Amino acid sequence: MHEGSPAEFLRWIVLLPLIGFAINGLLNKRLPRAVSATVGVGSVAGAFVLSVMAFLKLRALPADERVLVDHLFSWIPVGELNIDAGLMVDPLSACMILLVTGVGSLIHLYSVGYMAKDEGFARFFAYLNLFVFAMLVLVLADSLPLLFVGWEGVGLCSYLLIGFWFQDLANSAAGKKAFVVNRVGDFGFLLGMFFIAEKLAGQVGDGNVLGFATMAAHPELLAPVATVAGLLLFLGATGKSAQIPLYVWLPDAMAGPTPVSALIHAATMVTAGVYMIARMNFLYVQTEVAMGVIAVVGLLTALVAATIALVQTDIKKVLAYSTVSQLGYMMLACGVGAFAVGIFHVLTHAFFKALLFLGAGSVIHAMHHEQDMRSMGGLRSVMPWTFRTMFVATLAIAGVFPFAGFFSKDEILYKAFLESPLLWVVGFAVAALTAFYMARLMVMTFFGENRADANTKSHLHESPLIMTAPLMVLAVLSVVGGWMGWPEFLGGSNWLHHWLEPVFAGVGAHGAEVVGHVAGATQGVATHAVDASHAADALHTGGHSVVTEWVLALASLSVALGSLWFGFTVYTRRQSVATQGQAFLGGAPHRLLSGKYFVDELYEYAIIRPIGWLSDNVLWRFVDAVIIDGLLVNGVARFLAMIGHVVRILQNGLVRWYAYSFAVGVFAMLIYLTRKGG
Amino acid sequence: MLALESGGGSSLLTWMTFLPLVGAIVITLLPGKARELHRTVALVTAAGPLVLAVKLFTSFDRGTADIQLWQQVAWIPSFNIQYFVGVDGISVTMILLTAFLSFLCIVASWNIDKHTKGYFALFLLLETGMMGVFIALDFFLFYVFWEIMLLPMYFLIGVWGGPRREYAAIKFFLYTLAGSVLMLLAMIALYLNVQDPATGGHTFNMLHMMNQANHGSWLLNPDIRHVLFLGLFIGFAIKVPIFPFHTWLPDAHVEAPTAVSVILAGVLLKMGTYGILRICYPMLPDAAAWFSYPLAILGAINIIYGACCAMAQTDMKKLVAYSSVSHMGYVLLGLAVFNEAGMTGAVLQMFNHGTITAMMFLMVGVIYDRAHHREINGFGGLGMVMPRYTSMFSLALFAALGLPGLSGFVGEALVFVGAFEVYRTVTIISGLGIIIGAAYVLWMLQRVFLGPLNEKYTELPEITTRELVSVVPIAVLVILFGVYPPPLINMIKQSLLHLIAQIPA
Repeated sequence: MHEGSPAEFLRWIVLLPLIGFAINGLLNKRLPRAVSATVGVGSVAGAFVLSVMAFLKLRALPADERVLVDHLFSWIPVGELNIDAGLMVDPLSACMILLVTGVGSLIHLYSVGYMAKDEGFARFFAYLNLFVFAMLVLVLADSLPLLFVGWEGVGLCSYLLIGFWFQDLANSAAGKKAFVVNRVGDFGFLLGMFFIAEKLAGQVGDGNVLGFATMAAHPELLAPVATVAGLLLFLGATGKSAQIPLYVWLPDAMAGPTPVSALIHAATMVTAGVYMIARMNFLYVQTEVAMGVIAVVGLLTALVAATIALVQTDIKKVLAYSTVSQLGYMMLACGVGAFAVGIFHVLTHAFFKALLFLGAGSVIHAMHHEQDMRSMGGLRSVMPWTFRTMFVATLAIAGVFPFAGFFSKDEILYKAFLESPLLWVVGFAVAALTAFYMARLMVMTFFGENRADANTKSHLHESPLIMTAPLMVLAVLSVVGGWMGWPEFLGGSNWLHHWLEPVFAGVGAHGAEVVGHVAGATQGVATHAVDASHAADALHTGGHSVVTEWVLALASLSVALGSLWFGFTVYTRRQSVATQGQAFLGGAPHRLLSGKYFVDELYEYAIIRPIGWLSDNVLWRFVDAVIIDGLLVNGVARFLAMIGHVVRILQNGLVRWYAYSFAVGVFAMLIYLTRKGG
Repeated sequence: MLALESGGGSSLLTWMTFLPLVGAIVITLLPGKARELHRTVALVTAAGPLVLAVKLFTSFDRGTADIQLWQQVAWIPSFNIQYFVGVDGISVTMILLTAFLSFLCIVASWNIDKHTKGYFALFLLLETGMMGVFIALDFFLFYVFWEIMLLPMYFLIGVWGGPRREYAAIKFFLYTLAGSVLMLLAMIALYLNVQDPATGGHTFNMLHMMNQANHGSWLLNPDIRHVLFLGLFIGFAIKVPIFPFHTWLPDAHVEAPTAVSVILAGVLLKMGTYGILRICYPMLPDAAAWFSYPLAILGAINIIYGACCAMAQTDMKKLVAYSSVSHMGYVLLGLAVFNEAGMTGAVLQMFNHGTITAMMFLMVGVIYDRAHHREINGFGGLGMVMPRYTSMFSLALFAALGLPGLSGFVGEALVFVGAFEVYRTVTIISGLGIIIGAAYVLWMLQRVFLGPLNEKYTELPEITTRELVSVVPIAVLVILFGVYPPPLINMIKQSLLHLIAQIPA
């Protein structure tokens, strides 16, 4: 990795939202709403402008020198670790900061309308700005420990925002669940980091041992711990990016205000795990085992979550499980070594899923905070812009050409196919499920008769421009957003792919080597190379796989269209199905799905309650109270009382007397011992 | 062994230590009704050491492990006992913590109305005792200061405490006394078997005791060294407190008035680990290495056991008390591994736990003053009526659960990094503490501050300016040393490196 050109303005990308947080957080209700909103939106928009500057500056550099750095200070100068605080923009983090600040600005703007009547207006923007700050630290960090600071920071903000309406105990409980579940992941993250630190400390000089540049420069030192560290870091990613087994917090996180769901729990924070794995690509390419686990876990998560999404009746829950499912796709991409494609899906998904959430928010806003789709229906005519934009997003997530989701999802499935057709089959099935549950969501929300009560019905309205405008921008992005990765077999140049190439140069070098050795003999081996190395890529596109790409793309497209059509037909024709929101499967399978496979219950009874019981009844009430205090401490006290009434004397308040005699005793003993010893 | 900084000679430490004692004497001479005067005198005489401590912290030479600002005067010549004081980086860190918290505790004690004369006089006496422990370089002097702390603490709990104060005070007293006896015996054994290189006689000089060349033949027997180490260690372990010597802590905390809890958890617990660092390790380094693994295991037990017990509590103060047991486990784990990361983490954790737990106890005190109870389940929704108080308490709680960016994280993470290289399994098990830690902290936060507002407390007044004055400075340090810890790290670096070099591998 290039050591980077200094760019001191990077710190302002991070600082602007922090300043916004400080202003809104400290002055809070003393500020007029207009000022709170201006500060909240303005600080993120400012960061966006700076991010664009960083991007342009980066683009002007030769491809292999595209790194901007801003060294801040020496954070933990201890021994051989010397952890620094420094920021870095390379093509990967450039994508992420544009995403975070760009989509972030839109969502902040939308929130001005959505939260207009809320008591905690300033507090909301304070938290939201703090989140953007932490997220930017996460993606700009030039070292793993600093990334972890952002990682925990976004977790904190997620906690605060899920429980934003904390008067409702369910909301704050959901926040707590999110934080604690993520802590399990953090435990893995930290251990993974320790394994790496141990290998590097003292081996790579004094500076910033856990810096990405340092680590990437010494992949051979990481090789012995690649699998264990890779798996532990991935455990961290399953927390933040809601994968099996730690995905359970994300659906509950929908308790937060909808803009929060859009920003944190769809577009940005939950993709942090994918980002981290892509960032650590030089570690992961060295471990087949960890990569395999990531691919399988990602795929399974995609499947499980998509099936649960089929039967949810809360509009946000459908989208939440959909997010879990899509994150599974991204993990799958990373698992098969296609890091750039994973990041591609992070970007496109951010556009259409943020749009879907904001659209859902618009609906919820109109429905007086009703989220159950069984009470919706027929909103198409009342909320034309919400409907149109969400429809675009639906086409995008379903993977219809030429909407954004088509390109990224298709490429993931293609890469999965190259690794193993079995991965493709499951991924393909998930695509079918995706289109189906989205069609169900759209029909139950926008088509047919409105099923709300009369009062709600009379107040139905389209949202104000400040909310619909961000929807429109995101709708445009949901169309054109995928074009940055227009594949070569369709006559494009796959710009994103080449843009990200330098970041995955380690993969390239590794891959090129492999390619050099086997000279394209083994398709499977070359797959790892294909993603990052242009040479390897050319090898593929030049070969017979262009046909495969075409076939797979057509298959993807037809299943998307077919499944959409099927879903629309089923739910528009059979209103009773729509009103009940279920019955399509019926019976036991439906109970299993609507019960979310009872995983929450399993965790509750197998882990949480036993630990609570052990702590309360065994450790505290028995070991502490009975054994130590009862038997030992009071036993000794009673013993003393027996022999000398010491305790009685003390209880009479004669401690002073005791202390004096104690002091005298000390001196007497001293004198005696001195005589004897001397 | 540590060397004295050449040039030497300064009375700054003596001033710092005995100013509070002067204040205490002045207060006892004042009429009993003059409450405002008692408070003011206490505030002024506690401000002195704080100013001097800040001066010490900023002017201390961080480039050397030598003892600085030392002062050596004969005290009881017949036993070769000296008034010998001086500081290294570790003691300076602890002195800053002590002076800082003592001062803020006087502010936090402003609403004490019962026998203000006795309260503030004892409080200042306590400060003198604590300061003395951290500057003493003569073991006998160390012991005297150690015992001086004991009495004011006993009375502060026993007179100004809660309903079961007598029981708690006696339990505290007996436990600590047991520790003192062990320390005393070990001290005498060292006294008799360490030679003063100048005179050839016995000596309490701690620097002489640290120099293995001065150890007599009886003291060279490894078994004896192990027994001595154990005696000293248990003496200090009771103060830390290390499982299974910890049960005095929850009782003492529950009954103690707020400011006393702050000092107890913030400073007194550190005396234990400071003793290990200042006495056990440098005087018996080989025994320290020999006990390394058991120490690490005890650290892990403290972490997990304390966290689990904290989860089971329904009294806020007891929860914070058990969280201290857990957090002091990190210190012990870091001390057990004798490498730079672990030891640095341990000392940082000593300082940071001092500030964070002080914040938590002050915050519990605020709500206790209003609601007159501390039942976690007896509140609910306080975030609605006391938003500023809620933010401040949340800050303390998130620092306690080790959120990066706040000071608690740095120490914990370094302890883990250091311990991981040496005792992998123990460290991994200890790491589970960060999950349980999050659980008990957030569960309490939820039950007290979130959810629907408890109807009884709709009129609860927001945190007052005086209360904020006592806690905001701590919050500033918690954030400052979380974002930028180098001032602390560099302060202790040379002293720790010097100590680590003494310990046989």
